[in-house]
Amino acid sequence: MMKMFRIILSTFAAILAVAMTVTVPARAEVTIDITKGTVEPLPIAITDFLSGDQLGANISGVIAADLERSGLFAPIDKGAFIEKISNPDAAPRFEDWKVINAQALVTGRVTKQGDGRLKAEFRLWDTFAGQQLEGQQFFTSPDSWRRVAHIIADAIYERLTGEKGYFDTRVVFVDESGTKEKRVKRLAIMDQDGANVRYLTNGKDLVLTPRFSPSRQEITYMSYEQGKPQIYLLQLETGQRELVGNFPGMTIAPRFSPDGQKVVMSLLQEDGSANVYTMDLRSRTTTRLTSTSAIDTGASYSPDGSQVVFESDRGGRPQIYKMGADGSNPQRISFGDGSYSTPVWSPRGDLIAFTKQSGGQFSIGVMKVDGSGERILSSGYHDEGPTWAPNGRVLMFFRQPPGSNSPHLVTVDLTGRNLRQIQTPNLASDPAWSPLLE
Amino acid sequence: MRRFEMIARSPVVVALFMSLAIAGCASKKNMPNTAGDLGLGGSATPGSTQDFTVNVGDRIFFDVDSSVIRADAQQTLAKQAQWLQRYPNYAITIEGHADERGTREYNLALGQRRAAATRNYLASRGIPASRIKTLSYGNERPVAVCDSESCWSQNRRAITVLGGAGS
Repeated sequence: MMKMFRIILSTFAAILAVAMTVTVPARAEVTIDITKGTVEPLPIAITDFLSGDQLGANISGVIAADLERSGLFAPIDKGAFIEKISNPDAAPRFEDWKVINAQALVTGRVTKQGDGRLKAEFRLWDTFAGQQLEGQQFFTSPDSWRRVAHIIADAIYERLTGEKGYFDTRVVFVDESGTKEKRVKRLAIMDQDGANVRYLTNGKDLVLTPRFSPSRQEITYMSYEQGKPQIYLLQLETGQRELVGNFPGMTIAPRFSPDGQKVVMSLLQEDGSANVYTMDLRSRTTTRLTSTSAIDTGASYSPDGSQVVFESDRGGRPQIYKMGADGSNPQRISFGDGSYSTPVWSPRGDLIAFTKQSGGQFSIGVMKVDGSGERILSSGYHDEGPTWAPNGRVLMFFRQPPGSNSPHLVTVDLTGRNLRQIQTPNLASDPAWSPLLE
Repeated sequence: MRRFEMIARSPVVVALFMSLAIAGCASKKNMPNTAGDLGLGGSATPGSTQDFTVNVGDRIFFDVDSSVIRADAQQTLAKQAQWLQRYPNYAITIEGHADERGTREYNLALGQRRAAATRNYLASRGIPASRIKTLSYGNERPVAVCDSESCWSQNRRAITVLGGAGS
């Protein structure tokens, strides 16, 4: 009888998780139950893809790094491998992989085609069930090899967790250089693992808070290009920029609607108030959603577009409110100690991520959409501005240590246990995750 | 296989990103004067921006998360109003700032609230509001860097910046 196993993680209590970590009968296939959070990552062997050069090992390295960073997988040291894969089309010697406790095995090959393209193939094996779980091939230009590796990592993640992956994605962020007093900020874009950084602005103008369109290769951001904060659109494929709306005052805090057809933002008014507006990008019509003498900002749509969360200090300190997408029926949903800001609705619709200030600390947390079930995922001197991975399982934010004003990017999963710094060339803040690339 | 097509196209995207970095965006922005930039000295010409900064005081400070004009700030703004009435040809921009102990977007709004409160006070002392523009920098332009209240309090400020032809 083959060995049965199942990894179950508890989101809330390790004790509960341990109690639940039992073998589940009649389940032959290797899986990770991502919905419970993870106790122990799945041991997986990722062999170097066969190739005539270093490329095969490079691709395997990117796949292994993606899976490892997710916290759900533990790639096994290659030095422990017994079988040397020489024919990735043939079944491996499963015993050789079981004995090193590789519960899943990845093999593959990359070959140059006559037309100059690369062909990358992989197979995912369940070593204890002794069967192939997945096999796919991809064609690409040689300089897109990292993207192919991310796509393969997504396929493995999806096959073993049952959830969509998030590795074939990008992050737009603000690159920071220079001293704190003379800080230079540039918009930059990179792969989610920090590779392939490219700059989108030249640093002349102060730029803040870029956000990805859910539907196009387009971002919206805030810039002082005309001497005051205003919201812009930038087409990533053409470099074309345009001002959003023709407001008399300053506009800040832009985000797209889920269909990409509207931008919601805050207008800073002459009397010192801030109110939430939307602009329809096709008709150019603007609609006012809130009408307050307080500060209403940080608006974010629900994934179905029917509701908007935002922060407001209409009750004193900043708190999170929810209203209809037409501005109807605003109601406060955060009631914990301290103040709450930067609410962002999960792409799955089930949670709202936020920045919380309490007791001299800045924390990143999530709550259910009715405000209940608050959980803090990370806490520090200054953790701010969460953005969701497209599968709604991981958040990225920026963290600033005391006194240094030297922010860097960090990811944390929904268990709060897997906190990872993202390496960037300079200081970095204001990350925003792209949807899955297509 | 949509994905295959996209992969094949991606070098074009990469090339465009590169050209974006070169194109960038160009515009001119004057950084605000500060007392430090101007070099504090006792021999400022009456009616000069240096005179305003050194002898009147170009900035006021705020309590945490507040835009209330404090008593010390009221004194400074009263002196500012007097001076600005004497030299009516300066254009006036009030820059509102916040300390770093808040989130970015809220701080931008708070900076504007402070700038607006400052303009309203100057207007109450006889400076036409139409002469005064407001601008917020949120927590983007700290004058002091540290991790204690002693410098956060210096960053919670509104600065009266003079522009245009002097008198």
